[in-house]
Amino acid sequence: MKKSVKALALAMCLVISVSLFAGCGKSSSSTSSTSSNAKKIVIGLSMNTQSNPFFVDVKAGVQKVANDNNVTLYVTDAQNDASIQVSDIENLIQKKPDAIIIDPADSDAIVAAIQSCNAAGIPVITMDRQSNGGVVASHIGYNAIKSGTIAANFLIDTFKNKATVNVVEIQGIMGTNVAKDRSKGFNDTIATAKNFKKVATQAADFDRAKAMTVMENILQANPNIDCVYAANDEMGLGALAAITAAGRLDKITVISCDAIDPAIAKIKSGELKATIAEPPFFLGEKGLNIALDVLNKKTVEKLIMLDNKLVTKANVDALKTRD
Amino acid sequence: MIKPNILKRVAKIDSSQYRAFLILIIIIIGSSFVAPSFFTFSNMTNVIRQISMSAILACGMTFVILTGGIDLSVGAILGFSGALSASVMVSTGSVFLAVLTGLGAGLICGLVNGIFITHYDLPPFIVTLATMTLLYGSTLLFTKGAPIAIYNQSYTFIGKGDVLGMPLPIIILIVIYAIAFIVLSYTRFGRNVYALGGNKEATRLSGINVKFNQAAVYIITGLLCGVAGIILTARLGSAGPEAGKGYELDAIAAVILGGTSLAGGQGFVLPTIVGALILGILSNILTLMNVNPFVSGIVKGIVILVAIVIDKKFKSISSKGE
Repeated sequence: MKKSVKALALAMCLVISVSLFAGCGKSSSSTSSTSSNAKKIVIGLSMNTQSNPFFVDVKAGVQKVANDNNVTLYVTDAQNDASIQVSDIENLIQKKPDAIIIDPADSDAIVAAIQSCNAAGIPVITMDRQSNGGVVASHIGYNAIKSGTIAANFLIDTFKNKATVNVVEIQGIMGTNVAKDRSKGFNDTIATAKNFKKVATQAADFDRAKAMTVMENILQANPNIDCVYAANDEMGLGALAAITAAGRLDKITVISCDAIDPAIAKIKSGELKATIAEPPFFLGEKGLNIALDVLNKKTVEKLIMLDNKLVTKANVDALKTRD
Repeated sequence: MIKPNILKRVAKIDSSQYRAFLILIIIIIGSSFVAPSFFTFSNMTNVIRQISMSAILACGMTFVILTGGIDLSVGAILGFSGALSASVMVSTGSVFLAVLTGLGAGLICGLVNGIFITHYDLPPFIVTLATMTLLYGSTLLFTKGAPIAIYNQSYTFIGKGDVLGMPLPIIILIVIYAIAFIVLSYTRFGRNVYALGGNKEATRLSGINVKFNQAAVYIITGLLCGVAGIILTARLGSAGPEAGKGYELDAIAAVILGGTSLAGGQGFVLPTIVGALILGILSNILTLMNVNPFVSGIVKGIVILVAIVIDKKFKSISSKGE
């Protein structure tokens, strides 16, 4: 008897605390929902993940445009799980938003969710990763193959006078198209340079800790390394930490992709030689702006590619990654 | 009466460590053949420094598994205490406070595990599964999904620095395992841990405070997660929002490779470090040989299976000899 009362009390405490948390989440996601006379625009934003600085910034970009335009935003986080994202979007549809913006976790698995949106008559805008089906009003993204190409060309140019150049590639999560494309662009271009020799290709899953471990091991195996290309800044910073610890930073050129803040700081200090900027904030901004254009019946392009560009010490101070 | 018991235990320690060591030696010899850069002083310290975090988790996990329990939350506690420690470091600038926070966070997480498992008498698997999920979520919320960077040289020294030519994480690792070995082999608490895994009810009837001892095991593990969290944060110079993810499986694998029985009551702490070394060397050698990353997971899985089979074969041979 006493035990069951205790258990009940515990359960009630849990329910109360959970609902409190839920309440917190709601109030923060619709901060701008103060009364207004015009009909408020409601947008659903389904993010693939929020545990990666890149996608946190994508969301920040969307949020900024939402605040400026007094749009109510409902945000979901699929934790990189395609099936969670499908149910996230089904839940968003229940809110009857004016449009849904999706950053898909998986290009194939998202198709069913987009078809549900189509059936409900809600326009869909995708960002970053494309959907392989369904009707999408517009897709906004960076060309990841181009990022790899820019990176390769930078290295080819840097080492054009060296007879043999030993290059290391650190790849992302190879199941994702960003990782595949950044690798493809890099390898297709580097193959055209006769003096380049690939000494190691390893995956570190876009993770800084893994990249550090992988790079430490590569350094052990290869006494002569000239340059390292990491498919994102987090991994580039991990590789940089390993190379610095080994005291070989003066001999090795490290470059990566994304242009997140810690990487920009390392470019300013000269440790990281270059990054290929794909500022995620602008991706998010553009995503919601296009969604608003669609709602205002403006014609939008089906496929919008934002500019990715090489960032080195020379132009890092002029770089804008946020508004 | 007592003497043969001690002898038997010493013999048992030797044979168990021998098995894990044997697998390690086979792997080391094989690796030396396929990669000349493998068996060098710099690569060996490199590997041990890399495994220090997961080996420290595995040390606590050995205690837990010896009592017949399991702790799935170790990776999550590592990430959580690392993030708290990093944020205290950034906001106060005090290494002492940051380290204290990391250790305290780990200890409290372990205490929560211990209270739920002993006071409410819940299965460790379920309790630590819940706290794992809760803590991974808390770390994400706390860090807002972005890593917390640390530039303080004294803090990063914990993960990067050398003392007398030896990386500090390795020294911490050795000290922890030395203490764990002494505690398990020569103290009453150590005997209680074995007794709990052997037969919980009999232990209770013999007048041992089961709840206290069982909770203590999770608190120790939590504290060790705090230590590992600080080392990882210091090593990277940043506390990531998803730090520690997957470490729980490496820790469990290391304990099992070390020959400790998942059923509890049987095993030793020193072979666990050998288990962690085996896992670390596998990752190391696959990278040294530049094996296609798609294939390395397959190779790793096969080697672990083979190692367990060899371990089992040896176990049956040595038990026949007794």
